[in-house]
Amino acid sequence: MSRFSALSLLKHSLSGHKNWSKQWPDSQPKAEYDVIIVGAGGHGLGAAYYLSSQHGITNVAVIDKGWLGGGNTGRNTTIIRSNYLYDESARLFDHSVDLWENLSQELNYNVMYSRRGCLMLAHTVHDVQSFKRHIHSNRLNGVDNRWLTTEECKEFVPCLNTSRDARYPVMGGALQERAGTARHDAVAWGYARGAAARGVDIIQNCAVTAIRRNPDGSVAGVETSKGFIKARKVGVSAAGHTSVVMQTAGVNLPLESYPLQALVSEPVKPIFPCVVMSNAVHAYISQSDKGELVIGSGTDQYTSYSQRGGLPLIEHTIAAITEVFPIFNRMRMLRKWGGIVDVTPDRSAIISKTPVGGLYVNCGWGTGGFKATPGAAHTFAWTIAKDEPHPINAPFTMERFRTGRLIDEAAAAAVAH
Amino acid sequence: MLLIHCPYCDETLPEAEFTYAGEAHIVRPLDPSAQTDEQWETFMFIRRNPKGPHYERWRHLHGCARYFNAVRDTVTDKFLTTYKAGEPRPDLESLK
Repeated sequence: MSRFSALSLLKHSLSGHKNWSKQWPDSQPKAEYDVIIVGAGGHGLGAAYYLSSQHGITNVAVIDKGWLGGGNTGRNTTIIRSNYLYDESARLFDHSVDLWENLSQELNYNVMYSRRGCLMLAHTVHDVQSFKRHIHSNRLNGVDNRWLTTEECKEFVPCLNTSRDARYPVMGGALQERAGTARHDAVAWGYARGAAARGVDIIQNCAVTAIRRNPDGSVAGVETSKGFIKARKVGVSAAGHTSVVMQTAGVNLPLESYPLQALVSEPVKPIFPCVVMSNAVHAYISQSDKGELVIGSGTDQYTSYSQRGGLPLIEHTIAAITEVFPIFNRMRMLRKWGGIVDVTPDRSAIISKTPVGGLYVNCGWGTGGFKATPGAAHTFAWTIAKDEPHPINAPFTMERFRTGRLIDEAAAAAVAH
Repeated sequence: MLLIHCPYCDETLPEAEFTYAGEAHIVRPLDPSAQTDEQWETFMFIRRNPKGPHYERWRHLHGCARYFNAVRDTVTDKFLTTYKAGEPRPDLESLK
């Protein structure tokens, strides 16, 4: 792996940037691995990276039915934040933000993490009270978050409509300054490059069709479109398709898969300085470095694997955006797309061992998995390597749906579901 | 936009009139106090979440407001059939 630096950039500019080496080889499967990760998104590639860099496990394959980073990693709205209400979530997401801060340096790959802040707008008295409670809860957990008045919101986001006769007047907002965005593709590429350099095989266009088990019940390996591959441990990180993969091993999970849509506008000059979320009207928006407004929608109401989603939801999302930002009401939207997200009943993730020996799962990220990429990957790798959870992901078991120890962000999360 | 046939109104109408109500044919336990934690977990939280035909409930909220059942393919989002609540689960073979 050639190291990226200003010097190497200068050197390669002399040859017209035509001699850069491949960042990772297009591997074919070997007969056997110590660990197989199913799903080459940010979470899966990250887990392989941390397995190889922190746990010395390098005989690892990451297998994907498509191309790496082609699922939800390449379909999300790239928002990073950690202002979750509950202690367990705050620790997990803040751990992620800690890793985001140094990720470009660690990977020697620019993931374009931009600490531009995330402002959550309060439109009702109830919003104001619950957001202030949220801020106190966050600060007790060491997560930065502070209250802005209406005037301070306007100062922070000048294009915000703060007039008093707005249908949903802005009564203030909660600002997490450490929140921001990152380049989603680069996260997958950076982890892939770092993992491949340590000996991890990244096997694309190879669908895992089933998980095979030994007579004693433990995991034996995976059946794929390129044949059977033996493995001592298998980690599933397959987002919306987790149910389908895990059922082949006889594990039924509390997951439902929904389409989640997003859209971008035509690119314009820099106008939008941060991420803004508004739960009351259900809108969230930021501006990419290319200049497009990146707008996130909610999930469709019905379960689906169609990777499309319906237009009524897009109409609703646009209505919300133009309500809060009338300035954008004549902008043209460039494209929209959908990804399939796996949603748990309490809207918190599962990073856990399973009843099957040697089988691990990282799933249930629902509508908010991108921000968690480094933290989830790091704790998932730990769980696989040591066969026990890291203290940070220990509460995120699949048993909590039996014991009742839910992490009920469904009611508490800083986003409307 | 999905077009959904309400078996009560006997009309095919736009998705916006309907709300989705989750997997169908999940029977509430007759003797709740006799259930184990594992049975409660399955009843409350575990879902089939299939990639393919899915038995599910819908409600014609902005119409007759009644619940009914449907079979929809979750890959194509195409409805294979809809039927009234309480009617038996249709055989998938008969829908092809």
